[in-house]
Amino acid sequence: MATASVVNRRDFLKTGAAGGVAFVIGFHLAPRAFADQAEEQEKKIPNPFDAWVRITPDNHVTLVLGKSEMGQGIMTALPMILAEELSLDWKNVKVAQAPTNPKIYDHGTGGSGSIAGSWLPLRQAGAAAREMFITAAAAHWNVVRDTCKAQDGGILHGARKNFLTYGELVSDAAKLPVPDFKTVPLKNSNDFTIVGHDTRRFESRDKATGAAIFGLDSRVPGMLFAVIARCPVFGGKVKSFDAAKAKAVPGVRDVFAIDPVPQGAFTAGGVAVLADNSWAAIQGRKALQITWDEGPAASESSASLHQQFLDNAAKPGKVVRNDGDAGATLAASPKKIEAIYELPFACHATMEPMNCTVHIRPDGAEAWVPTQAPQWAQDVIVGVSKLPRERVIVHTTLMGGGFGRRYQADFVMEAAQVAKVSGKPVMVFWTREDDMQHGFYRPASYHHFSGALDAKGNLAAWKHFQTSTSIEAMWNPKGKETPEKSEFATAAFIPYQTPNCRLEYTLADSSVPRAWWRSVEHSSSGFVVESFVDELAAAAGADPLEFRLRLIGGDRKIPDFTNPKEGKPLDTARLKNVLRLAADKAGWAKPLPKGISRGIAGYFSFESYTAAVVELSLKDGAVNVQRIVYAVDCGRPINPEGVRAQVESAAIYALSASLHDAITIKGGRVEQSNFNDYEMPRINEAPKTEVHVVMSTEEPTGIGEPGLPVVAPAMCNAIFAATGKRLRRLPIRPEDLA
Amino acid sequence: MATTFILNGKAQTVDVSPDMPLLWVLRDTLNMTGTKFGCGMALCGACTVHINGEATRSCITAISSVAGKRVTTIEGLSADGSHPVQQAWMEIDVPQCGYCQSGQIMSAVALLSKKPKPTDADIDDAMSGNICRCGTYQRIRKAIHRAAEMQSKA
Repeated sequence: MATASVVNRRDFLKTGAAGGVAFVIGFHLAPRAFADQAEEQEKKIPNPFDAWVRITPDNHVTLVLGKSEMGQGIMTALPMILAEELSLDWKNVKVAQAPTNPKIYDHGTGGSGSIAGSWLPLRQAGAAAREMFITAAAAHWNVVRDTCKAQDGGILHGARKNFLTYGELVSDAAKLPVPDFKTVPLKNSNDFTIVGHDTRRFESRDKATGAAIFGLDSRVPGMLFAVIARCPVFGGKVKSFDAAKAKAVPGVRDVFAIDPVPQGAFTAGGVAVLADNSWAAIQGRKALQITWDEGPAASESSASLHQQFLDNAAKPGKVVRNDGDAGATLAASPKKIEAIYELPFACHATMEPMNCTVHIRPDGAEAWVPTQAPQWAQDVIVGVSKLPRERVIVHTTLMGGGFGRRYQADFVMEAAQVAKVSGKPVMVFWTREDDMQHGFYRPASYHHFSGALDAKGNLAAWKHFQTSTSIEAMWNPKGKETPEKSEFATAAFIPYQTPNCRLEYTLADSSVPRAWWRSVEHSSSGFVVESFVDELAAAAGADPLEFRLRLIGGDRKIPDFTNPKEGKPLDTARLKNVLRLAADKAGWAKPLPKGISRGIAGYFSFESYTAAVVELSLKDGAVNVQRIVYAVDCGRPINPEGVRAQVESAAIYALSASLHDAITIKGGRVEQSNFNDYEMPRINEAPKTEVHVVMSTEEPTGIGEPGLPVVAPAMCNAIFAATGKRLRRLPIRPEDLA
Repeated sequence: MATTFILNGKAQTVDVSPDMPLLWVLRDTLNMTGTKFGCGMALCGACTVHINGEATRSCITAISSVAGKRVTTIEGLSADGSHPVQQAWMEIDVPQCGYCQSGQIMSAVALLSKKPKPTDADIDDAMSGNICRCGTYQRIRKAIHRAAEMQSKA
């Protein structure tokens, strides 16, 4: 078994064991790391005609997508980059999902890193292919290359009659040497006709007609449908089971136990029920009689975790940063502000429940997987099947939501185990209850802030103690965890200037599995930092926007404190710009109608800058968010309409965690089970959301997640503006408003 | 037990357990996967179909109860995506992950058949049974108004 070791969040290469085979996944890869670091050195630059561009002699153009589509629009945005460099006619472009091939593709889709990491490599690949077409055309006409140019999906020389489509040129072009990616000429951005222009989603039609195929829609002749009964207590196991009644359910074909895989895939094991259809499998599972060995986690509860937070907070944490002397400054300060914030576990609740279809035959395996990590899925199936990699075909399907949940391989491991025993093609699917009770949750966290203001209202000291359950601790042996470097976002960046800054962290233990939940640690850090700054502004008697701008101070680039070498710095000018833009567009300086209040927040995450002004009203203990005005700067927007869609989406995802969602634990098990007790915002709660996209020419950065962290603090700041009450725990509870 | 109903305009007979929900008959017996499974408890609306023209959650509708009735699924709305609601969905670029959108569209079509010019409040009433985890609600609202406009001109 390979040893697990985690470097740090930014180039987080995780090693573990899946079915005895070591695997490596890259999550939160620094976007630039994809282009020019270790991964790139291992990968030989492929011929673009093998990797990215398929053109048939009759001129059908297919661009290859090396990332997974989960709703974020990557199936449109990445091909746009290739199409731009190739000067293709977008209307004629088709898109195909790449096969798993670790020598060519970095499939992992997460950390809001797909655009940032693919921008340069795809431009280079597209440009290389275009240059090869030009060379082929010039040779065909026996003219100098400089007189030929790419246009409308072909090469033009002189008058229109000298035009050859790529289809006509492809057989010659593909045989040419591939130009050096480092020197291949990239298109001048002033000439862009696709990148930077609003573009409709490639797959909208299929999604509006029911034709789109998600994982759960995979159909293979002779397939069985299976569900697994898992111990409701985390870490619990099957002690014994009686399958007689389950087997008596019409349509049930087989019942057997599968082992847990406690590390890497993190599966619970359990009893699988295989049937002719999904309904029979669910009915069969209901009829199972299982005695569980609940294990030690049965004593864990949300109350015990809260107590652990309090106990941790009573002691000093590990000092992560210590500038000046925050302790002495706070002790001597006449104006000291303290606040404690707490956030619960949260569930991804993708609309499409987890599922995976696998067929393991003696001679090969094939799988249909809705996954953010296709390479990991292949590794898991290779490990379980013991087949050579080249005989394991993984089809990456569309995903009914990902949000980080589908960066796990638990659902793949289970399906592979069941398929291995069965020998038939099997879809293992999860019900909503399975999804809520056997997920990987956004870590619960507790934060103690202390701040001091000097006589001029400047920030004299800032202290932040955080204790939290951790994602990274899932992967590292006990005692070797370093979540303070990967999940303590305040440790990486504080845009607010202070001479005295102290940051402490204590890891909290839990048996509840944790993972990346849309915007990861920033969903918590954005809330606590942008709430506490608002508290300081109020204590200083300052306007929340002006106070932020003053504390951010002059234009400068703040290095990533936890990863100064590789982390991209925070550019204060860009942060101030989105704060001002959101405020301006929201009419910050103008009075509001009666009964409406507003709050603001600005935040840097995934190398992008977001600010939001939330307007809301309060009635009968309920929060009614009326309007959210965003300004976002994610560098050069590839598809501005796609950027707006992602931010609109993040707003609602944030509302769910602010207004409704908490996963609570009792007896070592999740108390929630479906959308009746883990409620989603519905259309009647959806505010008007305006997204103002900065048309930047900086390198493009992520946008799937950065819209999320600003919503909860801006909301709670608006509630403070209306009521004078600070809400310091999420989700907002009616009693907190009373 | 055999049950016969009218599926997207054609008679369809299935021989399944009478308590099997219509959702699973459509998806697993008939391989019509446009109708989605989201919660199994009529809480999310992903499985919405029309039964005799009414928007209905197929995940809790026993197949025996649809005998002799007209069932319309997303596949039956149009052969080519030309239904005004589908057209509006594409024009406004509503879907993100898209998983809930079959259900959203079926609810929207049912709404427009009753209220050709719905107000925002009408939309809230008719559509609040359909969850979209990607939060496309603002665009759904816009697309329903757009579809209403298209239908009034048709």
